[in-house]
Amino acid sequence: MTPILEVKSLSKTFGSVTAAADINVSVKVGERVGLIGTNGAGKTTFVNMVTGYIKPDRGTILLQGRDITGQSPRYITRAGVCRSFQIPQLFLGLTAEENLVVAIGIATGRALAPHASPDAPDTRGAVEDLLSRFRLGEYRHRVVSELPGGVRKLLDIAVAVTRKPKLLLLDEPTSGVASEQKFALMDIVMEALPDDVTVLFVEHDMDIVSRYSDRVLAFYDGRIISDAHPSVVLSDPQVKSYITGAAN
Amino acid sequence: MLDWRSTAHLCMALVALLAAGLVLPGWANFLLVIALSKGLAALGLVVLLRSGLLSFGQGLFYCAGGYGAGLLMLWGGISDAALLVGGGGLFALLIGVATGPLVAGYRKIFFATLTLALSMLVHGALTKADFLGGTDGLNLRAPTFFGWRAGSAGENVYALYAFASILAVALAGLCRAHFGSVRGLLSLGVRDNEIRIEYLGTSVRRVVFENFVIAAFLAGIGGAINALALSHIDPELAFWTTSGEFVFVAILAGQASVVAVFAASVLLEVVRSWSSQYFPNAWQLTLGVFMLAVILFLPNGVGALLRRRSRPSVEADAK
Ligand SMILES: Nc1ncnc2c1ncn2[C@@H]1O[C@H](COP(=O)(O)OP(=O)(O)OP(=O)(O)O)[C@@H](O)[C@H]1O
Ligand SMILES: [Mg+2]
Repeated sequence: MTPILEVKSLSKTFGSVTAAADINVSVKVGERVGLIGTNGAGKTTFVNMVTGYIKPDRGTILLQGRDITGQSPRYITRAGVCRSFQIPQLFLGLTAEENLVVAIGIATGRALAPHASPDAPDTRGAVEDLLSRFRLGEYRHRVVSELPGGVRKLLDIAVAVTRKPKLLLLDEPTSGVASEQKFALMDIVMEALPDDVTVLFVEHDMDIVSRYSDRVLAFYDGRIISDAHPSVVLSDPQVKSYITGAAN
Repeated sequence: MLDWRSTAHLCMALVALLAAGLVLPGWANFLLVIALSKGLAALGLVVLLRSGLLSFGQGLFYCAGGYGAGLLMLWGGISDAALLVGGGGLFALLIGVATGPLVAGYRKIFFATLTLALSMLVHGALTKADFLGGTDGLNLRAPTFFGWRAGSAGENVYALYAFASILAVALAGLCRAHFGSVRGLLSLGVRDNEIRIEYLGTSVRRVVFENFVIAAFLAGIGGAINALALSHIDPELAFWTTSGEFVFVAILAGQASVVAVFAASVLLEVVRSWSSQYFPNAWQLTLGVFMLAVILFLPNGVGALLRRRSRPSVEADAK
C-alpha cells in the first residue's frame, strides 16, 4: 500500500541555522506518530514544510504518492492534510460555535454561497457533532478570546478536522495545558478521530508520547536520530542523552 | 435567505419611509435622498470593514456610479431612473472587478492608501477630461420613472426619494441576510485570522476581492442616485473628502447594524444642513467637533445603541 506520507531528503536552513537536514520518513495509513525533540530541533519546521507554510530548500514530499512539495497551504489542505498549531490559530472575535460554522462552511463550500444560513440542518448537525466529540458544548457561545488555553487547543483541533483530513498534524496539542489535564485532552482528541486518520503529533511529554503513539520520530538538530516504536526510541542512548535527559 | 420576520421588518421600514416622505417638506425629502445614497456607499464600507479592511477610496465607486448613470443619460439617451441607477451600479461593479485583484493583495494601511490613490487618480483624470466637463462636470436632466415623468420639482424629489428608499431597504435587507450567513462569518474570519482561513482550504484573496466588489456595487448604486438627485456630476465625487465622509459614516454606524448605517448617514446630513444654516463657513469645524464627540462618547458607533441583544461582556464573565 502506498504510504500516506513519504518525505525524501528534506532540507531547510534559516541563515546559519539548519532546521532540517536530509529528513527521510515514510508514514503508513492510520499510524499515530509522535514527534519529539528539544526546543529548536526542527519539529515545527517539519510540520510547516509538510503543510506548505514554508518551502523546503531541497527534497520531496509525497502525499499518497502525489508530489505536494512547495505547494500552498490551501492546496495541501484541499489535498487532505490538516493541522493544528503550537499557538492555536482561531477567529478570536467569534464564538466557539461560529469558529466551527466557518470551518464547516469552507469544508462544504457553503461559506462561498452569498446567503447560506448557519442554522441549516446539515451545518447545525455537523456543529453539534464536533461540539460533542470534542466536549466543547459548554463553551459554544463563548468568544474565543475569553476561552482558557486548553479549550482553545481543543477547538483548534476540532476546526482542523472539519475537512475530514487523511493526514492530521498536531503541533504540541498539550502545550500550555496543566500536566494533570494532558491525558484527558489527548483522550478526547484520540477518541474524536476516526481510526483511518493518520496522526503526527509533536509532544514534549514522554508519558503522553508512550501512551498515544505507535511510532516515534526523535528530532535533533534538524535530523531524525531515532525512528521506531516508542519503547525502543525512549531507551535509545542517543535519545536519552540529547532529548529526554534520562540517565537510566 | 431572509426569514419572514426580517422581511416583515423591511416592509414596515419601507412603508414608514414612504409615508414619512409624504408629510415631510421637499427639502427634507431631498436631504434624505442624499443621505440614503451616501448610506449605501457607507454600507459598502461596512462590508469591507467586516473583513478587516478600511478603504479610503470608496468615492471612486460613488463617482463611477454617478458618471455611469450620467453618461447613460447624456450619451445613451436613457432617462429611466431604474436603468440609469442599475447601469451606474453595474459600471462601478465592473471597475471593482478590474481593480479588485490589485487591491486584494494588500492589507491595513497599504490597502487604505492604495484605494485612496486609485480614487485620486480618477479624480485627477476627470478634472483634465474636457469631454466629460472637466472640473465643472456635467448637468443632467430629470429622470423618468418607469415611463412616468414628474410634473413638478417636488414630485420629482418625492419620486426619487421613494425610488431610493425601495433600493436602500432592499439592499440593506440583502446585506443583513449576508452578514448573518456563513459567508458573512467567513468575512469576520478573514478579519481575525488569515492563516486559519488558508489552512481551512479557501482563499483569503478571494474573500477580500468579493467584498471589494460588493462594496463597489453598493457605492455605485448610491452614486447614481446622488447624481439623479443633484442633476449633476463632477470630479468631486471621487475626491478624498467624499471618501472620508463615507468612512466617517461607517465608523459612526459601527458594524452591529445595517439600519445604523443609514441612521448615521441621515445624522451627518442633518448636522451638515444645520451647520450650513448657522455656521455657513464652518462645516469642517462642525464636522470635526461632531467626529470627536462620537469617538469619545460612542466608540462602538450608534449601532451599539440600536442593538438589543448583546454578547455577555468580558466584565460580566470575569466576576
Ligand atoms: N521562520 C524562521 N526563520 C528563522 N529561523 C527559524 C524559522 N523557523 C524556525 N527557525 C529556526 O529553526 C530551528 C528549528 O525551529 P523549530 O521551530 O522547527 O523547532 P521546534 O523543534 O518546533 O522547537 P520547539 O519545541 O521550541 O517548538 C530553530 O533554531 C529556529 O530558531
Ligand atoms: Mg515547535
